[in-house]
Amino acid sequence: MLHYDAVVIGAGTAGLVAGARLAEGGARVCVVAKGVGSTHLAPGTIDVLGYAPDRVASPAAALPEFMTARADHPYALLGPDAVAESLGWLKARVEAGPLPGYRYAGELDRNLLLPSAIGALRPSALVPETMAGGDAALPGRVAVVGSRSLRDFHASLCAGNLRRAGIEARGLEIDIDVERADENALGLARRFDDAGWRAAFAARLAIKLQADERVGLPAMLGARDPHGAWSDLEQRLGRRVFEIPTLPPSVPGMRLFEILRSALRRAGGRLVIGAEVVDVERSGQAIAAVSTRAGGHDVRYAAPWFVLAAGGFASGAIELDSHWVTHERVLGLPLRGLPAPGEPRFVAEYLAEQPMARVGVAVDGELRAEGAENVMVVGAALPGAVPWSEASGEGIALASGSRAAELVLARAGGTPAGAAA
Amino acid sequence: MSSVTTPIDELLRGSLDHCVKCTICETQCPVSNVTPLFPGPKYAGPQAERYRVSDEPSVEWSVDYCSGCGICSMSCPQGVKIAEINAQARHKLKVQKGIPLRDRIITRPTWLGRAGTPVAPLANFTLGFRPLRVLGEKTLGVHRNGPAPKFAGRRFSRWARSHAAPATGRKIVYFHGCGTEYYEPWEGQKVVEILEHNGFRVEVPKQDCCGLPLQSSGLFDDARKVVLRLARALAPHVRDDPDTIIVGNATSCTLMLKREAREILDLENDPDLALVAERTYDICELLLELHDRGELKTDFKPVNERVAYHAPCQQQGHYIGKPALELLALIPELEVSEMNARCCGIAGTYGLKAEKYDIAMAVGADLFSQVRDSGADTVACDSETCRWQITHGTGRSSVHPIDFLHRAYGL
Repeated sequence: MLHYDAVVIGAGTAGLVAGARLAEGGARVCVVAKGVGSTHLAPGTIDVLGYAPDRVASPAAALPEFMTARADHPYALLGPDAVAESLGWLKARVEAGPLPGYRYAGELDRNLLLPSAIGALRPSALVPETMAGGDAALPGRVAVVGSRSLRDFHASLCAGNLRRAGIEARGLEIDIDVERADENALGLARRFDDAGWRAAFAARLAIKLQADERVGLPAMLGARDPHGAWSDLEQRLGRRVFEIPTLPPSVPGMRLFEILRSALRRAGGRLVIGAEVVDVERSGQAIAAVSTRAGGHDVRYAAPWFVLAAGGFASGAIELDSHWVTHERVLGLPLRGLPAPGEPRFVAEYLAEQPMARVGVAVDGELRAEGAENVMVVGAALPGAVPWSEASGEGIALASGSRAAELVLARAGGTPAGAAA
Repeated sequence: MSSVTTPIDELLRGSLDHCVKCTICETQCPVSNVTPLFPGPKYAGPQAERYRVSDEPSVEWSVDYCSGCGICSMSCPQGVKIAEINAQARHKLKVQKGIPLRDRIITRPTWLGRAGTPVAPLANFTLGFRPLRVLGEKTLGVHRNGPAPKFAGRRFSRWARSHAAPATGRKIVYFHGCGTEYYEPWEGQKVVEILEHNGFRVEVPKQDCCGLPLQSSGLFDDARKVVLRLARALAPHVRDDPDTIIVGNATSCTLMLKREAREILDLENDPDLALVAERTYDICELLLELHDRGELKTDFKPVNERVAYHAPCQQQGHYIGKPALELLALIPELEVSEMNARCCGIAGTYGLKAEKYDIAMAVGADLFSQVRDSGADTVACDSETCRWQITHGTGRSSVHPIDFLHRAYGL
């Protein structure tokens, strides 16, 4: 048995933020996770509120009304200040982080509109500086540059859709020798870390560019030193260069993981990956300890506070079983937002608002789980949001992770009634 | 291979349906990120597995380039047993292709140790003698530059027999492994002295190899015999007392006992192995638990040094985080830098093989440069083969983390 002030379950954005901020506040923290989290799959942007349901120009302006209209939404529990504060925290951690010079750009006042891999424009509030040049509000033409070596990125498809959105764009292909059939963005990002390789690439690209074009490349401009790779490329090409998120694996997402992991570690927090929670020890209305599967024997982690950051349906932390019963699989907590018996759970149109989509762990006004008073719930486990249609996932993760840490720290020293200390 | 599906097949193959093709394992794989010869854990594992039929020839040869480090399984957020599936596939491939003489030799640390120890100066000269290494590469396929350890010329077990154990104290069983027995007996002495300092009475049963090298080279039948022999040797020492545990400093060998032998070699139902698996602790795991209970002595003297710590893949496979870091943090004045690289490349015997040496060095390059940048003179690392590889790749000395605890205790 190991004892901590707080145990965080899950190592996606919400869990790492909660863990890092708890550790920064002086708590002894251990983050346990079944595997690597969602950071590696998401674009690395912080989408706060993109659609409500119309496209949102300014999250800062839209949030108060959104919170009033959607009392069941995580943002209504968190409040606009928590969102703004957590964005500021992240910016500072990016700057102090392990990637020299790397920054996030953008403010809560205005969503940037950035091209996706297929050239759809995505609203996002806070984005890696390496992506900011893709903002549709910027003047001028765009050259989208792809390579047949990179799977699942088609420059002409991306450019064609940008043209449909009113941006003058064209697609270009540059051959990259990868010694295999194709390569993912991470493999190419390693090549961009190499200054010599990058210079040769820039020289081959420069001759294909026209005078007033800015350059959109798949998000692969450096794994270890993205700021160096990106600014070097801008200099060599003499124009703005921006990254366009790729299909997974996501290189900017992996950078975000490294930034958050480093913040957690520097503040003294532990991270245990590969440790799936398989057993829960209760003490009245509280969780006393969780056990994770390790090798031969399970490992128990006890704490006065737990933060559940294991995600929702997408991660498998919430499931609908073959008997049509919904479960929170990690701690067995009650859920909220379930369609009433007899009501439809799903509708036929795939992209329509699905009634099941808002299911999450039932919480009180301070993120505490119903039926487990020392468990704070954060991120995609919270009920009431449809992050993929609202473009709100990272904003919720960041703000709820921050808020949970703040609430736990404020109560530190005090043990919830019923919990065996 | 029998055409009857075994429970292990079901367990491993059953997990592959959980693969959502998210690519997280591909971001973590040390090997596929440096060579096109291995297309990656997702492709070779959950994807190719659908085309493997138990009594038909293997369709996929690249899986031989998987080093078996296990990081893919650890990282998978859906619980797919990727490395274990690949280990099974590698075994099938080896059975089909025939097992090279080299793989029958270098996977037998006990044979090598017994042969080399009495003639250590000669054996060490041979292993360091370039023309013979070139010959070894040409005839056997053991790379001329592969980091071969030096025989200590004495065996740990001999020291243990002559060592006067304290008459009282809580009993603990020490599994030292072959690296300690033949190459680094001083590591075993330090383990014993640290445990005795903390009030344990250390029992050292007669023991042998855990079978991991055989298993990772695909020689499953031999690996089963070897690991079960070890389980039979250790189990009687813990069977009668539920509080007695087994502790080891060879982190890959303790992982073999805890989990890998059962999961990969289809030995889930062996009662001796199940008992040993349940009771086995990595030394740093145990010391951290003691510290958590307030039972670890913390009379550490300052060690004014800089050390780089690398957690080997097989240590991370215990799924317990990096307890060594927490322990090193207890030593006053010791400046510890956590390395953030994937793997040193050696993966047991992988980096010794002629066709894989360059891959192993490319895998380790990231770690080697982090070590050099850290400014540390010494690298702490929980696995012996990784230590030898790190020293080979960086020129820095490399020790088990407990070396620093031993020094700080002033033992």
